[in-house]
Amino acid sequence: MANYIPILVFVLVAIGFLIVSLMAARIFRHGGKGGTNADPYECGNEADSLAHDHRFSIRYYLIAVLFVIFDVETIFLFPWAVMFDRLALFGFIEMMVFLAILVVGYVYVWNRGALDWA
Amino acid sequence: MFDLLATGAKMAVWMTVLLSVTPVMVWVERRGAALIQDRLGPNRVGPLGLFQSLADAVKLLFKEDIATLESDKFLYTLAPMLAVVPALTTFVVIPFGPDIEVAGRPVSLLVSEAETGALLLLALASLGVYSLVMAGYSANNKYSLMGAVRASAQMISYELALALSVVAALVPVGSLRLDHVVSYQQGTWWGFLPHWNLFPQFIGFLVFLIASFAETNRLPFDLPEAESELVAGYHTEYSSMKFSLFFMGEYMSMATLSILASTLFLGGWHLPGLDYSGWWVTAATTGLLVLMAKAALFLLLFVWVRWTFPRFRFDQLLRLGWKVLLPLAIANLVLVAALTVSGVL
Repeated sequence: MANYIPILVFVLVAIGFLIVSLMAARIFRHGGKGGTNADPYECGNEADSLAHDHRFSIRYYLIAVLFVIFDVETIFLFPWAVMFDRLALFGFIEMMVFLAILVVGYVYVWNRGALDWA
Repeated sequence: MFDLLATGAKMAVWMTVLLSVTPVMVWVERRGAALIQDRLGPNRVGPLGLFQSLADAVKLLFKEDIATLESDKFLYTLAPMLAVVPALTTFVVIPFGPDIEVAGRPVSLLVSEAETGALLLLALASLGVYSLVMAGYSANNKYSLMGAVRASAQMISYELALALSVVAALVPVGSLRLDHVVSYQQGTWWGFLPHWNLFPQFIGFLVFLIASFAETNRLPFDLPEAESELVAGYHTEYSSMKFSLFFMGEYMSMATLSILASTLFLGGWHLPGLDYSGWWVTAATTGLLVLMAKAALFLLLFVWVRWTFPRFRFDQLLRLGWKVLLPLAIANLVLVAALTVSGVL
């Protein structure tokens, strides 16, 4: 556990750096004109709607869901990589079986067109 | 007390490197652009324009801090902070020199000897995507929102290939700690080829390199910022210090991935033929300089690629990530595992 304390300290140092730099900006910066300065930028036109009124493509969600599936598989590989020298051939074959199942799912997703953007 | 001082000194080294990487890289980037485009670039502030970044930093400090009327103020302030803190913290698990002996006590030149090493680094590095999503969502600007959804899809797509190539580099080592990765890569093959992961894992190295361009949103993967279509993408509305925090975060994550690439594939601080057994100050300095030189190669490559390649289309970007890099990364992992189990590596 002692090895993680420096990480915490480093995070605190980073936060301290942020606070100093943001406070410096608060002291020095220009007061601001207000008015249309605070409108969302839209190439000089007046915005007729807010960004939050709009929706974006469902495909972004699909990518996120696929990422979650494959990322869990990737995390599963880390302990295997660490134990690889002790698991030797048994570990190798086991992981090939695991990866084969993963690849079947990957081929299925590919064939269903989930990886296409059109 | 001694350990405390040692840890503090190691942190100070990393903080110095990290805080100077942004100004130096901005200068290199602008001079590099000028060189490639056959013009002069910044050359007025200081010798060769070296103090240009400092002048820019002071200018940004004095700029008005704008938050749009309908923005989510809390997330809007949190986003630039989240861009910097993880980028700064990733360095705690990267070693920058050999184990040295100071006043009769052993000191290892990495801040934290956590067993989770590389996994911790990946976890911290992937926190960066939250800052982009928060920034793009909270500003309530259409360009920002589009940049943010693009950024999230892009970064998570390429994170898979990145993580898989990191796993492959760890397989022959059998440890997540990056100092073990470096000591594994010491020595040579047949007396002249450095024992680096680069050679047996060249596919993994390429996958890592391409994925790190996508992870840092650099050209040819700069769709989240794409200035010709999205103004500035997720940070369109940011100004003043908050903008410069994003800027710093971006260059720091470039530095992180460059140093990680050097550590995983190019032997880190170690270079065959150099003597690391002498006085601890020389040993540590040599280690740090070798690591920085290797990382500088990658940073220069980032600049070179930026001013050479055009931007991808979004469908091309996803096709490259999911249909090319992911299978390549899996194939590389199988290859490395097969080589390791058969005793070649």
